[in-house]
Amino acid sequence: MIRFEDVVLGYGTGEPAVRGVSFEAAASRITAVVGPNGSGKSTLVRALLGRIAPTRGRVTLDGAAVAGGDRRAIAARMAVVPQREEPAFPMDVRDFIALGRYPHGGAFSGHSAEDHAAIAKAIDRASVREFLGRRTDELSGGEWQRVRIARALAQGGRALVLDEPTTFLDIAHEMAVFELVDGLAREGHAILLVSHQLNLVARFADHIVLLHHGSIAAAGTPAEVMRGDVLERVYEWPLVVSRDPAVGAPVLVPLRGRGTR
Amino acid sequence: MSSTPRLLWVALVAAVVLAVTVGLGVGAVPLSPSDVWSALFGIGDRSAVSIVRDLRMPRVALGLVVGAGLAASGTALQSTLRNPLAEPYLLGVSGGAAVGAVLAVTLGLTGPGFVPLAAFAGAGSAVVLVLLVARAAGGRADPRLLLMSGVVVGAFCTAAIMVALARAPEGTVRGALWWMMGSLGDAQWSGVRWIALYVALGVVLLAVWGRDLDVLALGEEAAASLGLDVERVTRRIYLTASLLAAATVAGAGLIGFVGLVVPAIARALGCRGARATVLASALAGGALVVAADLVARTLVLPAELPLGAVTALVGVPFFLWRLRGGAAR
Repeated sequence: MIRFEDVVLGYGTGEPAVRGVSFEAAASRITAVVGPNGSGKSTLVRALLGRIAPTRGRVTLDGAAVAGGDRRAIAARMAVVPQREEPAFPMDVRDFIALGRYPHGGAFSGHSAEDHAAIAKAIDRASVREFLGRRTDELSGGEWQRVRIARALAQGGRALVLDEPTTFLDIAHEMAVFELVDGLAREGHAILLVSHQLNLVARFADHIVLLHHGSIAAAGTPAEVMRGDVLERVYEWPLVVSRDPAVGAPVLVPLRGRGTR
Repeated sequence: MSSTPRLLWVALVAAVVLAVTVGLGVGAVPLSPSDVWSALFGIGDRSAVSIVRDLRMPRVALGLVVGAGLAASGTALQSTLRNPLAEPYLLGVSGGAAVGAVLAVTLGLTGPGFVPLAAFAGAGSAVVLVLLVARAAGGRADPRLLLMSGVVVGAFCTAAIMVALARAPEGTVRGALWWMMGSLGDAQWSGVRWIALYVALGVVLLAVWGRDLDVLALGEEAAASLGLDVERVTRRIYLTASLLAAATVAGAGLIGFVGLVVPAIARALGCRGARATVLASALAGGALVVAADLVARTLVLPAELPLGAVTALVGVPFFLWRLRGGAAR
């Protein structure tokens, strides 16, 4: 379980990017973090990566502090798929996925039977077997995201953090990623999903945390967070929230012509 | 994990054997390949044995070692900086090493193995300077800024070498041209042994850290997500790559572009994974420098071209082509 306890995160001497945020991403659930650009979402991910330490509060994984912890031990239990990633040199897809075993191996040790099993399982679970003969620079955006999720699964942990996993993806690939993530949650993974896709988040997430200027503006079930007045204030744009007639989920519709910018 | 084709290794070893055979055979007294290999094993004509073992082999061995060091260093720097244009010469590392070595020599500190150490200190200082300049210019994350500050620091180092050598007594130290354009001409077993030791150590370390290099090449955040301590590992590899480049400078002066061209060729030939690329580049780099030296000493007989001029004539067009985004990166 990933837990943020009254966390304050900042860069340099300026205003903190995250100010006093508390929530948890529990097993078997999708916990989504949403909010406008600059609301502090990416800073939360950086804290999970150990790239920034809280100036107040704690970020914990299964009860142990992430800041200053053994990075490999943490990576073996929690995988993070960062928003942007481009290998400097193209790699074979299989080799790329196998790098997910990095937290488990020494400099010399080849891959153990356990490693091979974890890699094979991750390849099947993310349905990327058909890409194995290719190189990373020969994949489309949607294929690339699934391959990156496969690498994260190969790490073997039970917690998975995804930072904007569907940016630039078309509907089919976006849905495929969300369905995959949903399946992983049902299998017991603790999923922390950072996303701009409010309408999809509303359909898939069990719990939504809405950030605004580094603080939590609303948190709860999709029905509790997807309220027109709350979202309008946070996103500073006129909008309505209705209910999708086909699937029954709340749907956010930004309005035209009445904007202030 | 590495799926580098076996044929590539065979071809690389063959290239090294070929370069060594031709390198040992060509000279004022031409020797056939069979003469060369007999002489190497101490069989046959006395004078041929002496020519091959005492006169030509140190030079060829230095070429192998220098090429291996530069190419392995370039491979590691490219993964660490996530930039296929990175290499010790363009990053100012080699220039700093040359300043260190020149200072040691002009101050009379020429004990065995000491010049490489002074070169290492110079290379380390240049690395720090380049990082500081890049940061001052807007962040070390931008690879182009890093290259630019590397070129600037390299130019400064060239000037410093000129100044240091201007006060040195004529004839007692190698000339500025030797340092700035590189040469294998002064190769002697006593010096080659030390440089070979440093280079072997560096290449082995970089190969051992191959998986770290692979993870580092994914980018800072992805590397951190896999549990890699980005700052510590980057520092460690950058320093080792600098040590490697420094050792080659101590032995043969400034030789540019080997670290740029060779890893790219290794990757284009099918090298996968940093460990394989480091080792393949070391082999190919050795063969390439021996071949370039052959060109340097035979092209405009009886004069000898500076080795660095030959590698630059090949390397600069290649750099420009890569800069335009040529060859699948």
